[in-house]
Amino acid sequence: MLISKKIFGGGVTVPHRKNTAQCETVKMDVPEKVVIPMLQHVGAPCQLVVKKGDIVRVGQVIGISSKYVSAPIHSSVSGTVTNIVQVINSSGMYIDAVEIKADGKQEIHESVKPPVYSNDAELLELIKESGLVGLGGAGFPTHVKLAPQVDKKIDILIVNGAECEPYITADYREIVENSWNIISGINILMDLLKVDNVLIGIEDNKPEAIKVLTDLANTSDKINVVKLKSRYPQGAEKMLIYSLTGRKVPPGKLPLDVGVVVMNVNSVSFVAEYVKTGMPLIKKRVTVDGPAVMNPSNVEVLIGTPLGDVFEFCGGFKTEPYKIIMGGPMMGVAQPSLQNPVLKYTNALLAFDRESGELPKESPCIRCGKCVKACPMNLLPLFLNLNAIHGNIDGLKKYNAMDCIECGSCSYVCPAKRHLVHSIRLGKALLKKESMNKT
Amino acid sequence: MNNTLLLSSSPHIRGRDTTQRIMIDVVIALVPAVISGIYFFGSRVIMVVLITVISCVISEYASQKIMKRNITISDFSAVVTGVLLALNLPPAIPLWIAAVGGIIAIVIIKQMFGGIGQNFMNPALGARVILMLSWTQHMTNWINPKVPDAVSSATPLIYIKKGQEIMEGINRPDYIEFLLGHAMGSIGETSVLALLLGGAYLLYRKVISPAIPFSFIGSAALFSWIFGGNRPFTGDFLYHILAGGIMLGAFFMATDYSTSPVTTKGKIIMGIGCGIITIIIRLYANYPEGVSFSIILMNLLVPLIDKYTVPRTFGGEGRGG
Ligand code: SF4
Ligand code: SF4
Repeated sequence: MLISKKIFGGGVTVPHRKNTAQCETVKMDVPEKVVIPMLQHVGAPCQLVVKKGDIVRVGQVIGISSKYVSAPIHSSVSGTVTNIVQVINSSGMYIDAVEIKADGKQEIHESVKPPVYSNDAELLELIKESGLVGLGGAGFPTHVKLAPQVDKKIDILIVNGAECEPYITADYREIVENSWNIISGINILMDLLKVDNVLIGIEDNKPEAIKVLTDLANTSDKINVVKLKSRYPQGAEKMLIYSLTGRKVPPGKLPLDVGVVVMNVNSVSFVAEYVKTGMPLIKKRVTVDGPAVMNPSNVEVLIGTPLGDVFEFCGGFKTEPYKIIMGGPMMGVAQPSLQNPVLKYTNALLAFDRESGELPKESPCIRCGKCVKACPMNLLPLFLNLNAIHGNIDGLKKYNAMDCIECGSCSYVCPAKRHLVHSIRLGKALLKKESMNKT
Repeated sequence: MNNTLLLSSSPHIRGRDTTQRIMIDVVIALVPAVISGIYFFGSRVIMVVLITVISCVISEYASQKIMKRNITISDFSAVVTGVLLALNLPPAIPLWIAAVGGIIAIVIIKQMFGGIGQNFMNPALGARVILMLSWTQHMTNWINPKVPDAVSSATPLIYIKKGQEIMEGINRPDYIEFLLGHAMGSIGETSVLALLLGGAYLLYRKVISPAIPFSFIGSAALFSWIFGGNRPFTGDFLYHILAGGIMLGAFFMATDYSTSPVTTKGKIIMGIGCGIITIIIRLYANYPEGVSFSIILMNLLVPLIDKYTVPRTFGGEGRGG
């Protein structure tokens, strides 16, 4: 095991609240119906390839796209397509979704079988077909990340096990329950990427995970587990790369540009699983927690399961839920309805009661500079806030709004409770709109 | 039930810090200085502090009412201004002048420029300077600490004007006296120890960062050492940083959020500027106390400093910087 000495500037100390760390993953029953949206990744939405009335099986492709930055979508149940509906995604877009009534038999589609491949290109194609997207919460199609770049040499594979968001233990449980899979996934990816330096980053508040993987990694001198300081947002790609390698990804650039590929532990593990079984991405481990939840748990959920069913499986609510968040409390997205489905990159579902979910009231900025100190990207959130509120395009550019990774550190520390990230997000949207108008 | 779910932007949890808590911390940090003021200058100091605090809070309330703004006296920032103002006044100040000072600080310097976070000059210092220009007599009427029949005399800073510090026969207070609080000066300037205690509390509570106080005191020490003596590098720098308002200024006045830069780099520039200007005024201007003016001068430069210290984005070339 190595210990990272570097730490990015800024960031915040957030309460861990990893209540479910010791909760072994329990498998949820097949829901009555699933709703599977045709966009569950960063990139182009998929086209439906089934229609109302079709009989589908587990693992069957139901959505594909010809676009490169995209990932196919599979049915997570066997049953009948009962409806094509529209759901609103987190950016407020209407997305086609398939509603499938499950028959409970979970019959597996004939296309699902252990894949055979004889070269890298075939493996890459398989990974694309598996529907894998970044399982850490960002949802970037994995095959795009792994595709060889002519002009860029990759020399380090980083496996992200930092899991710096409060509450979430989905990655932690994967490490503890499935460590071998992670190592075999790493071996597959090392081959594919032609790298012989793998760094697994885990925060120091998860000693058991560090231990488990260190013991396994000791069999290879190419794989090293690195203990990281627990500091939010340690798991953010750019911060993690810096903590592990000292390399800084320039604004607007990708990890590839500094010779690094970053994969979440669950994604790595999935690759190994998929190569063994051929079962595409149809299920997820989801941490269910929050002050309003009866039994905080780690649940294996079929993608498309309505959020309400998942909560019900965890004993329902203690108190009436006031806010439902998909993801962590720092970067997760509030959900408008319990009918919304679990997605490929859902790693947590949190239910807050009124007391914990209520937003504090904004008061005037006192220029304390705490947001400046907290920003891991070295931005000046207070000025971005002002310029965003006034729709000042030049100001937003001057203060580098587009470099904001929306980590929420600034809003978290602000004593005046200003909604900094929210305004910066709107500011970024303004900038995008403006640049689109220009071209 | 489903349609009552709250939708809001992340982050969904917030830290515990509040504006009010920060201001209360500042008040707590000022307690030792107030107590030492009372101890050395008598119970009259209690009246001065009460008057300035009340005058500030009432002014804030009244001006916000008139300007139809939200009433924010519960954030305690007016209380902070009140206490700071008191500490910047001479112990013998007529109470009505203290009250006028509170009104000036809040109404003219704070609220007329938009309220908390928007004023470009430290309200307490601004008021001090205006009072100084309006009632110079009263504002420079220093009394000796702990002397029953208070004798008017000059601030100890008079002893450290360049070249005069070797004047024989004058009873110059020594370092220990400054430290404990036997020197003449405004209410809050008398005990360095009390100020350091409060400053340490602010640092511990992370209300302030060390950037401004350290660079302020450090540069003042360096400059007075270089230029403060009859020959270069012979200045009595310890005397300089212990006497007068440097400690009060460095920990409590120059660190005022609204009127100091937001980045560490900017804060260091601010601190160094304050230190140098303080010493220049002390050594070369026909006016003994440079701290207030140096801070106010730097206050005016803060927008500029902020503009030229925009940091580089992590990993990038960015702009500014
Ligand atoms: S943390 Fe909040 S109050 Fe402090 S400077 Fe930033 S925006 Fe202003
Ligand atoms: S400005 Fe953006 S990157 Fe910086 S702390 Fe706020 S959310 Fe994070």
